[in-house]
Amino acid sequence: MTMVLNHPGIADADHNADALKRQGSRERRVLASLTLPGAILIFLVLILPIGWLFWLSFFGPSGEPTLENYTRMLKPIYVRTFISTFEVAGLVTLVCVLLGYPVAYLLSQLSERTAGLLMIFVVLPFWTSVLVRTYAWLVLLQRTGLVNTWLIDAGVISTPLPLVHNMLGTVIGMVHVMLPFLILPLYASMRAIDSVYMRAAANCGATPSQAFRQVFLPMSLPGLAAGVALVFVLCLGFFVTPALLGGGRVAMWAMQIANNISVYGNWGAASALGVVLLVVTGIILYVFKRLFRVDSFEGVR
Amino acid sequence: MPGRVEIRNIRKAYGSFLALDDVSLDIAPGEFLTLLGPSGSGKTTLLNVLAGFVRPDSGSITIDGAEFLLLPPHKRNLGMVFQNYALFPHMSVRRNVGYPLRLRGVSGAELDRRVEEALGLVQMAHLADRGVNALSGGQRQRVALARAIVFEPSILLMDEPLSALDKKLREHMQLELKRLHDRLGTTTVYVTHDQREALTLSDRIAVVNGGKIVQLGTPDEIYDRPKNKFVADFIGETRFLPVETGASGALLYGRPLRTRDDWKGATGEKPWLVIRPERLRWKGDESQTANRIEAETTDIIYQGDSYLITVRMPDGAELDLRRGPDLGGKDLPERGQPIQLWLDREHTILVADKS
Repeated sequence: MTMVLNHPGIADADHNADALKRQGSRERRVLASLTLPGAILIFLVLILPIGWLFWLSFFGPSGEPTLENYTRMLKPIYVRTFISTFEVAGLVTLVCVLLGYPVAYLLSQLSERTAGLLMIFVVLPFWTSVLVRTYAWLVLLQRTGLVNTWLIDAGVISTPLPLVHNMLGTVIGMVHVMLPFLILPLYASMRAIDSVYMRAAANCGATPSQAFRQVFLPMSLPGLAAGVALVFVLCLGFFVTPALLGGGRVAMWAMQIANNISVYGNWGAASALGVVLLVVTGIILYVFKRLFRVDSFEGVR
Repeated sequence: MPGRVEIRNIRKAYGSFLALDDVSLDIAPGEFLTLLGPSGSGKTTLLNVLAGFVRPDSGSITIDGAEFLLLPPHKRNLGMVFQNYALFPHMSVRRNVGYPLRLRGVSGAELDRRVEEALGLVQMAHLADRGVNALSGGQRQRVALARAIVFEPSILLMDEPLSALDKKLREHMQLELKRLHDRLGTTTVYVTHDQREALTLSDRIAVVNGGKIVQLGTPDEIYDRPKNKFVADFIGETRFLPVETGASGALLYGRPLRTRDDWKGATGEKPWLVIRPERLRWKGDESQTANRIEAETTDIIYQGDSYLITVRMPDGAELDLRRGPDLGGKDLPERGQPIQLWLDREHTILVADKS
């Protein structure tokens, strides 16, 4: 038996093909127009100012076009600041890894419920301003601060330790601010490691510590790399904490930018410094992405 | 020959839920034993107790006479294939398979040789340097198998290793697993919920339900002589008809029923007749009333390799009947037409709700 489909309401195949094509392109236009407000916002508050910054960096204080803003950075004072910025960022990142990895591991091994509860203590600092936290460290660490007074009262030391207005204080304060940025992506990637891998390792004959070193640790590296990239990049541009806790002894790139504007009023020089920081940060993120195949703000791919 | 497993009175409770209820089981060296049951029956828990991942409340396991239960997982020396393979994503195929050997201090040429050999057994030698993420499901399954056998364990555990594969590949891998087992002769404990897989692979099947082994036997014993309604229902496309028992024997819709074994159920227990679609005959002695079923045809479905014919009994119960495309000189019935069916005494089995 054969059946012929012949319905007066159904148009021919060519007609349908055109209509389907029109439907498709209309859908794409609607979707594109939905992204428009976001795209405009990004252009106005991100692309435009950065472009303007870039433009400014090629002009001197009196408005004449010059490359001096960039050549100035070869002076020893700028080179030293540049290196010390990387040293501080590297040191803070290292301390964050040493402190954060065990915390993230502990959280990842607990039940979701307990981990959620403990996670409050990790993200709690987020709810307080960086400025407040930095002054709090000042109160704790200064010569007559809580830590020194306690240590002297307890007879451990006789003269106050130099805990702040130096590298030590800067690192303590920055680690405190940065730790959640390391723990959160690391925790997420550790949660994603199925416990069956540890079972498989044990079944292969690995002791618990071998299983951790040879299976868990390598599998957690992409998450760790994401956290490290995030913390390192944030450290490079950090201003408030090093300015307050460094006591002028820790020179960071961001403080150099601030000086150029507040002390010398040289917007061109400040812009050039900003451009260099932006480019270096971009390079570091790119290298990380290539090395560990991670997107620093997306976590594990 | 090593690989003798004796499981004695293993009990495991999660709160008030009894996952394993006093399970005892002997597994002979070289045997392929399948734990078959629905999800939540306790079959995976028992496998995990063997592997050392679940600590039971009481009981004993000996392997070749030595107590095994107190050993940590990494000292048990068991090969295991996990449900989703659990291959280490940061290691290549070669490193995955070599991992158990490296942990045992094997290195150099000896390591390479044994890895090659294990990969060769599962026909994966040509992909040894791939990353595991570049492999298909079937290939991962083979690598997982190679990793489990590379250190020549005396016992191999498999936790639904084929469940993630599509039907065609699954059936192919079943055949390969069977051949590999024949070749290596490793005692194998296999967990599955797929009754056909269990029938295909096993020397013996332990049907597990509610934390207990409800029947232990060879595939034909399990299929042809199910001990109770649960086993009969779980294995095969089984239908049940209620049977009356009188002084003259069993009666099905008032007709005498000659059964393979006499009904030995306790008083008050209701016997059920086990009917499987391929066991119903549609030709027989029309003068004979015993073991004859009269029904009405309700559906005829062509399934390529066979016809599935659904018939309705006088009381409304439905049965399925499977016929090959060669109908043996008889025409297909039509819908609504009455049909006569016969059951061989050999295949007339009664079961109780509980054994």
